[in-house]
Amino acid sequence: MDFQLTEEQLMLQDTAARLVRDTYGFEQREAFSQSEPGFSRAFMQQLGDLGLCAVPFAEAYGGFGGSGVENMLVMTELGRGLCLEPYLHSVIFAGGLISQLGTEAQKERLLAQLGSASLQMAVAVDEPQSHYQLHDVQTTAVAVTGGWKLSGRKSVVIGGQSAGLILVSARTGHGTRDEQGISLFLVDPQHNGVRRRTFATMDGRKACELYLDEVFVKCDAVLGSVGQALPALRYQQGRCIAAQCAEAVGSMEAACALTLDYLKTRQQFGQPIGKFQVLQHRMVDMRMELDQATSMTLLAACVADQEDSHERSRLLAAAKFIVSRASRFVADQGIQLHGGIGLTWEYMLSHHAKHLLMVARQFGDDDHHLQAYAKLMQVA
Amino acid sequence: MDIDFTADERAFREDVRGWLRDNLPSEFAERISQGKRLSKEHQVQWMRTLNRQGWLAPGWPVEFGGTGWNDVQKHIFDEECFAAGAPKVVSFGLKMVAPVIIKFGTAEQKARFLPRILTCDDWWCQGYSEPGAGSDLSSLKTRAVREGDHYVVNGQKTWTTYAHYADWMFCLVRTDPDARQQRGISFLLLDMKTPGITVRPIITLDGEHEVNEVFFDNVRVPVANLVGEENQGWTCAKYLLTHERTSIGGIAHNKALLSRLKRMSSEERRDGRPLIDDPLFRAQVAEVEMQLMAAEMSSLRTLSAVRDGGVPGAESSFLKIKGTEIRQAITWLISKAVGPYALPFIEDELGYGSEALLYTDYSSAATYQYLDARKASIYGGANEIQKNIIAKMILEL
Repeated sequence: MDFQLTEEQLMLQDTAARLVRDTYGFEQREAFSQSEPGFSRAFMQQLGDLGLCAVPFAEAYGGFGGSGVENMLVMTELGRGLCLEPYLHSVIFAGGLISQLGTEAQKERLLAQLGSASLQMAVAVDEPQSHYQLHDVQTTAVAVTGGWKLSGRKSVVIGGQSAGLILVSARTGHGTRDEQGISLFLVDPQHNGVRRRTFATMDGRKACELYLDEVFVKCDAVLGSVGQALPALRYQQGRCIAAQCAEAVGSMEAACALTLDYLKTRQQFGQPIGKFQVLQHRMVDMRMELDQATSMTLLAACVADQEDSHERSRLLAAAKFIVSRASRFVADQGIQLHGGIGLTWEYMLSHHAKHLLMVARQFGDDDHHLQAYAKLMQVA
Repeated sequence: MDIDFTADERAFREDVRGWLRDNLPSEFAERISQGKRLSKEHQVQWMRTLNRQGWLAPGWPVEFGGTGWNDVQKHIFDEECFAAGAPKVVSFGLKMVAPVIIKFGTAEQKARFLPRILTCDDWWCQGYSEPGAGSDLSSLKTRAVREGDHYVVNGQKTWTTYAHYADWMFCLVRTDPDARQQRGISFLLLDMKTPGITVRPIITLDGEHEVNEVFFDNVRVPVANLVGEENQGWTCAKYLLTHERTSIGGIAHNKALLSRLKRMSSEERRDGRPLIDDPLFRAQVAEVEMQLMAAEMSSLRTLSAVRDGGVPGAESSFLKIKGTEIRQAITWLISKAVGPYALPFIEDELGYGSEALLYTDYSSAATYQYLDARKASIYGGANEIQKNIIAKMILEL
């Protein structure tokens, strides 16, 4: 058992932290958020130039062969700065799916582009009825001469509005909620029949609703074996969960620091409000939740890149559950301890709070993972 | 970063497990796994068995009889002991007064007291709390006045666990009434046979006699029984409170309780199937197991930091709060699992009675364990005091 970071990992952490600190002030973030892509392309490019976008990829494809721990270090810093770049969805999720399922040609082409940040991708897996169930896929892909035709609707695709390429899960066989018959397709959003409705998300990012109307893609747009995508989707979602936990921990650390600072400076009844025991204890509760979340994030980081197993799934479900609950607690109580100022747009805490409240709304909420855990729990 | 135990640590675990398999009387394990009471004789018997193996005092320096294990090994040892259903080692002598004597005691005190703690010839109790000094411990009033080479002690202690078993008490007394609260306190060792000591039982809500009131009426204590310097007792008290860290979160205990809960709820039935397959009940078990997993990871982080030379600070307060909350959550589910059989209060079944069981061996103590667990968030510095400590030491509020 060893919780120490290596020299290289410390350097990576330091690089990411410095980059975020130098780029992400409140004003800058506001501007990025309101810009057309909803994030800073220049910052994403910087991440690419410094090699951070290639961290998780195999060395054979120009990557650093980083594991869950390296992802954790980068994501924690991105979370601390509340960065808007779709690193998680593009590099970790899409990149992970391509690494796991792609042909040599697909990997060489796409991982190089993702690693250098010249390509941004998104992953479209949710649907209006699916409610976090990756196997509940109604979007269809029908085989036609020379390729496939995709039809259906994909929900809340984070970064989909600016993505150069979108990975879409679609049903190529079997019934609606069958675990078989799900395939992944690389869809160019400029293709005929693709419509995107772009919107802002609660936590300041941009996303789109993706409508596919008989969109033709060629045979080589299939990622992995036809009808066999579900295990990889679940596996890669697991990696995303670990990374998202780290992002939340970074954000919780920032929210706790802001709140603690406020308790020490805000005066009421002739003293700093941090002198009131009821507020001290609440702050302690926040830190305790953060501590538990940090522990589970370390656990998740250590198992995220392990071979697929029930045990891995069980631990990742637990991590997501604990971190989702902690995130909500820190968000709610961070606002409460700030009072009115915690509810204002112009103060950073409210943005952390919104981000933390939305942690549970991606990759499965606490109920979803409680249920998953209960199934996998060993009884005897 | 690696969250797995090393090969050496795994081998160590196997050694401990094997030894427990060969040396733990099945009668003890059975009683413990049912959450029932254990007699003083049985507790002493088990501690002597551990001592013969040299494993009774893992926290002591090797020269006094410690094992030389690091904190991770101690955690593994705890975990295996609880998992096997071994009786808990009584901590007052081994884990509380001994570290203080080792740190602050004279050579004579070490030679006199430490060996008898290991052989369990002396049973110790802790004289800290008073009717007017609970969480606010340093406001204690029990007075010790120097007369020649004796202190004359007058006053009262309360919540004194096992005072009715004890041969000795380590005691905080006020030796300088004019000094500021935490200053004029001294750390004394009292022979419980000294004239003037009266022990009266306090029966707790679970029907148990574990704690007592202890009255001192002109009790004469030799000055040689003062540990550390006069009026410096608070230093000893604080040292004692922060010394025992490896088991503070109660992780090993909680894991054993959780497997007990799972066993019970696999046997209990609802809707024609095992209770553990009831989705709502199962979700509650799952939730507490996840919380325990998080607490265990936090605890391991602290342990490995200590193993690698770090000094744990107020983080142990986090572990204490979480650990006790989890213990209460699990024991509540244990009580819930037996349904209406949580109600019968049959003391005969909790002790060594011989009457036929009303229901099952695990149901007798179901609610008893929950009631017993309520004390955990109160003793050792109430959880609210722990929060004060964190607020002051970590948050600097």
